[in-house]
Amino acid sequence: MSSSANDNSASEAPVFALDRREALPALIGRHEDFLIVAGLAGTARDIAALTENAANGFAMGGAMGGACMIGLGLALARRDRRVLVVTGDGELLMNVGALATIALPNPPNLSIICVDNGHYGETGYQKSHTSLGTDLEKMAQGAGIKLTRTVQNAADIPAGSQFLRQGNGTVFLLLRVDTGEPPVYKRIWDPAVSRAQFRAALAAK
Amino acid sequence: MNEQHVAAPTKWQDEVFDLLRRGGVTQFAYVPDAGHIILIDRSLADPDVHSIALTTEEEGVALIAGADLGGARGVLLMQSSGVGNCINMLSLINAGRFPFLTLVSMRGDFGEGNPWQYTMGQAVAPVLQAVGVTCLRAETPDEALAAVSAALTMVFQAGQAVAVLFTQKLLGAKRF
Repeated sequence: MSSSANDNSASEAPVFALDRREALPALIGRHEDFLIVAGLAGTARDIAALTENAANGFAMGGAMGGACMIGLGLALARRDRRVLVVTGDGELLMNVGALATIALPNPPNLSIICVDNGHYGETGYQKSHTSLGTDLEKMAQGAGIKLTRTVQNAADIPAGSQFLRQGNGTVFLLLRVDTGEPPVYKRIWDPAVSRAQFRAALAAK
Repeated sequence: MNEQHVAAPTKWQDEVFDLLRRGGVTQFAYVPDAGHIILIDRSLADPDVHSIALTTEEEGVALIAGADLGGARGVLLMQSSGVGNCINMLSLINAGRFPFLTLVSMRGDFGEGNPWQYTMGQAVAPVLQAVGVTCLRAETPDEALAAVSAALTMVFQAGQAVAVLFTQKLLGAKRF
């Protein structure tokens, strides 16, 4: 599955056309299937809106570049649960070496979605590297992650949703979207509150 | 990484590893470092822990926060130069009130011969304290064991962020 997914996506030209407000919820499906770590800015709003700030989510508001590694620590701690990192192209680019770090242990209960709009939305929509030639799926492949895929057409979303849930190794999925705004939602800003909520919900199960 | 040290006794580092394991630490994150070689090798040899090789030290800060979200305990093993790579990521620890334990092998310290090491070596304690991490210095094996033991209580009972600094008086200065 991984090699055919790689072959298909690597040959496609980048298309930034999907609406994140539709594509991301469709891709994730039942959010309760996952423990979710969200990056800052756009993806924090995406996940806050999707989960209505539920206790299975932890969204960042700073410490840019940490989302994937929080996901790794969580996935290693809870092998009985599936962990989903949802981050943006800018957040991932800030610490892209984390993909190499994650590829070594390759936990099968970790999936990463990079919502790639090719821009730094939070700071005024300056173009990011991914608008200018950088391909983060290829960087994930180069880091050693075997299960990678790019979703940039609506028709590919159902297969992508399945791809996130397979158990052979860490999954990296690049979701290309347009520069439309993420949903407006009042997210939890205090990470200590979010941490306490997240841990209490996990401990109760 | 094959460095020769002035001081040879290393048994205390085996005892540090045993202390960490008894303290429930199951995630060991590191960038390869001669000063921590025994801890790193022990973690690699232990089937009950995750030994995570990082590309940069700040990854370890985020890893440990993730471990805590899942109810596990981690430690970040790094050299003093790596402390500088962690500073903004430590806002996650500080603002989220995550427990955080790091063991720092010092350079740019007692007897250092490499001028490149002094900038971060001398900055370790002030910058860590500036972002809310308490520093405990150890200059002898007895002090190292006492500091690690104290740090385990401070971090995992009281929820603090603590760095134990293994000084070059303890580790020995690298010879060039």
